[in-house]
Amino acid sequence: MKHARTLRTRGGLSVRLDTRATLVVLLLAAAALAASVALIGTGDYPMSSADVVRTLTGGGTPAQDFVVHDLRLPRVLVGLLAGTALGLAGAVFQSVSRNPLGSPDVIGLGQGSTAGALLVIVLFQGDPAAVAAGSVAGGVLSGAAIYALAWKKGVQGNRFVLVGIAMAAILTAVIGYLLTKANLTDAARATVWMVGSLAGRDWEQVGPLAVACALLVPLVLGHGRALRMLETGDDAAYALGVPVERTRLVTVAAAVLLTAAATAAAGPIAFVALAAPQLARRLTRAPGPNLVAAACTGAALLVTADWVSQQLFGADRLPVGALTGMLGGCYLLWLLYTERRAGRI
Amino acid sequence: MSTHKDRNTTVSDARAATGPQTTVTAAPPRRAGGEANKTNTASRLSAESVTLAYDGRVITENLSVAVPDNSFTVIVGPNACGKSTLLRALSRMLKPAAGAVLLDGAAIGSYPAKKVARTLGLLPQSSVAPDGITVADLVARGRYPHQGLLRQWSPEDERIVAESMAATGVAALADRYVDELSGGQRQRVWIAMALAQRTPLLLLDEPTTYLDIQHQIEVLDLCAELHETQGRTLVAVLHDLNHAARYATHLIALRDGRVVAEGPPAEVVTAELVERVFGLRCQVIDDPQTGTPLVVPAARRPRTAAEAGATGSPAAAARPAGPPSA
Repeated sequence: MKHARTLRTRGGLSVRLDTRATLVVLLLAAAALAASVALIGTGDYPMSSADVVRTLTGGGTPAQDFVVHDLRLPRVLVGLLAGTALGLAGAVFQSVSRNPLGSPDVIGLGQGSTAGALLVIVLFQGDPAAVAAGSVAGGVLSGAAIYALAWKKGVQGNRFVLVGIAMAAILTAVIGYLLTKANLTDAARATVWMVGSLAGRDWEQVGPLAVACALLVPLVLGHGRALRMLETGDDAAYALGVPVERTRLVTVAAAVLLTAAATAAAGPIAFVALAAPQLARRLTRAPGPNLVAAACTGAALLVTADWVSQQLFGADRLPVGALTGMLGGCYLLWLLYTERRAGRI
Repeated sequence: MSTHKDRNTTVSDARAATGPQTTVTAAPPRRAGGEANKTNTASRLSAESVTLAYDGRVITENLSVAVPDNSFTVIVGPNACGKSTLLRALSRMLKPAAGAVLLDGAAIGSYPAKKVARTLGLLPQSSVAPDGITVADLVARGRYPHQGLLRQWSPEDERIVAESMAATGVAALADRYVDELSGGQRQRVWIAMALAQRTPLLLLDEPTTYLDIQHQIEVLDLCAELHETQGRTLVAVLHDLNHAARYATHLIALRDGRVVAEGPPAEVVTAELVERVFGLRCQVIDDPQTGTPLVVPAARRPRTAAEAGATGSPAAAARPAGPPSA
């Protein structure tokens, strides 16, 4: 915090803010909102940004009202919430594992959710709500398994990532098996689900995700200071009075649930959780998990990616998960390359 | 309780009759540390009959140790003697399998974590500087136990962080990144962070490891200064016996998880003790700079001479067994 501002009250309360990080967060939030307005205006029935804003504030025609509130707003909200959840979860995983690869995509949570969803689709031909429930269960179970397997006198960073990679491999095999067992219709449905998309989301997906975010985001942010202390090593953090294992358990559990909720609503959208914390960190140039900045980056990233894919490929031709996957894959290669040069892996 | 009653008898009895010697035991007047310890038997931090184990592997059983208040206590002993384990137990990192570590008369585990952290600080061996953190930011993290969600940075925090950086000589580095510093500078930054915690008790786990000799002395001089000027109680694990003898006011020598001797270095450090604890034949002389005991290892005996005494001879048996290496 080279340029920290401290706000103090007379009662002795004080809050410390990094000037640059605060500015970055505000800009990212503005970018996410701007992209949301643009995204609402995009589609078979295009609307200007002014119309979108007027309709959102209650001044639109009935037709505009229908398009915005019933068709497009849920999609954008799912995008914003899922992006927030994934960005925040990624920041938690990367902070706890002290490894930029510690992300739900890499450690098998996405695969766990997918396996859960596919199980419901292929074996029970379940409705969308059942599929969502299956994906949440799959994500939570795989998260618990990774935590339990990586636990040895406390969870160690690299162990966590390595156990997760092994878990991801196993779950990928399960997914492959389920796909071969599926009939053609189910397989097609499963494949669409697996890419991750915001197309056709309605208020049914927004509700549970909004509830999850309302409960879990404040919980994680409340542990932000303790999480930041963990980065100096378990011993140093413990010596300073941080309840190390409890902080880790609570934040990881919250991150698993956030990932599961986001995946249940939008499918396994690749690489947002991996890239958002790293981008946020490079933007704020602040040490620590940068939780708020990572959450805002995730939201801005996902909504912008959805808007870009619609602009480039036409409405709903390319699911947003495919675009983030391509961008994220390139980013991962770059990350591995630079990390290797820095001698960290 | 009186912890160092008769402490020397344990040492001298064992080897009293043995013999030849290179020893200089008669201690001329030495540093004032001994006196302070004799008058002061109070102890805020102690281990009472603790059994310490990792994963069921017992390191030490029924060990009792008291840290005299306002002392600079140094724990020494060969590798794997349990000295770092003891320090981990004293700093509540390791929960004793039996017995208790007492802080101000109550089991240390019974206090809330932040409350302990306001009384007892620890400089661990393995600390990681987060990427891209500045010296001032890292030192500021030492204020964590005094802060809360809505009390993040009081004027007092600011003042104490500045004082801690000044006391350790890193104030000029405040805006530098920790990754850019030399090993000695970095260790001083970590000490500054522990100081910012403002605890009356400070535990240091091998604070001089991996440092060059000038930085080792620099760090130990700093510790001695903190002990003298700020009246803090310091407990350190040190590898180097000569450093321990020079800086400690109270020495605890461990071997195989048991206390072999404890007391002021001037009384405790003798050739017999060094041989018993480290298995090293040596001569103990006065440090020409400080008058504290200085351990000079015995010269290598020509191999032929040792072996000429015939196979399985007492001479061969008496050859020092090196400390078990890790």
